[in-house]
Amino acid sequence: MAKSAAPKKKQSKANKTFDKAIKKTLTNQKAPLEGLDLSEEKLIQIYRQMLLIRRFEEKAAQMYGMEKIMGFCHLYNGQEAVAVGANAAMHETDYMLTAYRDHGHALVKGITANEVMAELFGKVTGCSRGKGGSMHLFDAEKRMMGGHAIVGGHIPLAAGFAFGSKYKAEQDVTVCFFGEAAANQGVFHETLNMAALWKLPVVYICENNRYGMGTAFERAFAVWDIYERASAYNMPRDVVDGMDVLDMYRKTKEAVDRARYEHIPTFLEARTYRFRGHSMSDPIHGHYRTKEEVEEMKAKDPIINFGELLKKENIFSEEQMKEMDDEIKKIVNESIEFAEKSEEPPLEDLYTDVIVE
Amino acid sequence: MPVQPYIEAISAALWEEMERDKEVFLLGEDIGVYGGAFKVTKGFLEKFGEERVIDTVLAEAAIIGAATGAAIVGMRPVAEMQFADFVTCGFNQLVNNTASIHYRWGLPVPMVVRLPSGGNIHGGPFHSRNPEAWFFHQPGLKLVAPSTPYDAKGLLKAAIRDPDPVLFFEYKYLYRRIKGEVPSEDYVVPIGKADVKRKGNDATIITYGPTVHVALDAAQDIAGSDEYDVEVLDLRSLMPFDKEAILQSVKRTNKVLILHEDTLTGGIGGEIAAFINENAFEYLDAPVRRLGACDTPVPYAPTLETEFLPGKDKVLKNLKELLEY
Repeated sequence: MAKSAAPKKKQSKANKTFDKAIKKTLTNQKAPLEGLDLSEEKLIQIYRQMLLIRRFEEKAAQMYGMEKIMGFCHLYNGQEAVAVGANAAMHETDYMLTAYRDHGHALVKGITANEVMAELFGKVTGCSRGKGGSMHLFDAEKRMMGGHAIVGGHIPLAAGFAFGSKYKAEQDVTVCFFGEAAANQGVFHETLNMAALWKLPVVYICENNRYGMGTAFERAFAVWDIYERASAYNMPRDVVDGMDVLDMYRKTKEAVDRARYEHIPTFLEARTYRFRGHSMSDPIHGHYRTKEEVEEMKAKDPIINFGELLKKENIFSEEQMKEMDDEIKKIVNESIEFAEKSEEPPLEDLYTDVIVE
Repeated sequence: MPVQPYIEAISAALWEEMERDKEVFLLGEDIGVYGGAFKVTKGFLEKFGEERVIDTVLAEAAIIGAATGAAIVGMRPVAEMQFADFVTCGFNQLVNNTASIHYRWGLPVPMVVRLPSGGNIHGGPFHSRNPEAWFFHQPGLKLVAPSTPYDAKGLLKAAIRDPDPVLFFEYKYLYRRIKGEVPSEDYVVPIGKADVKRKGNDATIITYGPTVHVALDAAQDIAGSDEYDVEVLDLRSLMPFDKEAILQSVKRTNKVLILHEDTLTGGIGGEIAAFINENAFEYLDAPVRRLGACDTPVPYAPTLETEFLPGKDKVLKNLKELLEY
């Protein structure tokens, strides 16, 4: 066991490894858009999706403070590029699963801000009719298959979806997100072995935001390059700069194509960072990381940096961005109004759907 | 006696037991640097060091399995499940390994698993469960479920000193809402002993955990409005449960309502009811009634969760029907 339990002020060796691995990014920093099969329209959409998530989360934090949202609420600020970049590489009909920090995934998979906000408010118009709340967002039609609040518990479910697609000779791929702490659950290893053995069309994306709640990943992993764990299952693997939406896109695209056309699963480790506390009850930096570290990471803000790129490449102007931001803020504000005005679930809803009726 | 919140009584028990016995150590997710999800172990790392306050990786099977092994070789581990719901990931270790070691090998397994349980905090389906009935059905485990700071501290100390594996169900809803007198000198609440939390002659509510407070509230109300005198028997220990105390109360009041926050069907209440029917049938003036949460997953929406839980209104309705039988 390491001698010092308290996180160090200086960048730790593990965090240096963290940054070093990110240098394997596929994005050519001199010409980031080179060789990319994304239209300008699509690039703008990617920017918009990230911004929607950010604005939504900011509002959710405010609503939590006002006790409109109760219980546990985990925000995605800082990690937007992971879900958005990966989603851009997916087909609409591909399945997505994630853990409890799921607002961003739900929004990018097409659940409306209204339905997500109403779910957070516990209203009947929410995407799970108020029964699930923040951690259990779900919409089968959009193929957003949750929102799972037991860490790692959904990793084998994703294998099941992929098995179903393969068995029925459908072309759908399943993309399953989870935090790095989930990779320490036994079920992670059980499932990766099975997915590789059965050649399932599934992509596992580990969102390594460095902290499992308040435990730094270097205090939880014997091997810091988490993506290398997939070598035990002879599974293609890679590390991704999770703060770079284009790197996320490129590497997920490779993986999704491999899954779809060759039935080979992939394990990606996206190195990212959450700008807020673990949940609403955790202060922004807490005792387990420093304020300086958080500030330093904010320089890597995936939205600001991607926005700068779009401006530099003359794809999107400052003015257009401002306009888009206003439009998004309006959508988010409307979602509050929608959630406020929506009805509470009727009491008989408690008893419905326990089993198929 | 000093007055303490429920959560502080739990912390104090852990603290004092660690000071008393070097073999006692804590392990769990985020219990060290973070101080625990609910801050039960805040300040422990600084006092006792990382050898005895172990931040584990997120792996409940490994936590419970390792605790079991350490207990077999003479340590006294106290493992924390961050939420009781997460014990499912360590279920095999607990019910197959931990529970049967002594039966198979004759070796004691002196360990405690702390399980922050229960609803009413809008945690939704995976953060609100009361999983005691799963383990009630597993011979080899002891189960305790305190409702007051006094009982929490005394039972946790007893659990740590006990030679068998003890599951300690503690209640998130009570953590900061319930305060009570707690002696500063060392004491234990013996495992297996119930406690009459309110004396009465007209009916008995047999309950444990957070619904003790619901029962007391309802008994108070009904004493004011209908002048009935309802006894509240707090089981405190679920396995073994205090058969003697149950019989004494039932034989005196002749009417029983069993109340728990866990869902009704297959809950512990069924076993208590069967015990009463087998052993005190001729003393009953009415059929034994049971009230628990609805047989559904725990819903998030506060309106639905209120409907789901066995709140005071439901207790009063049941009590009235029972008393008027």
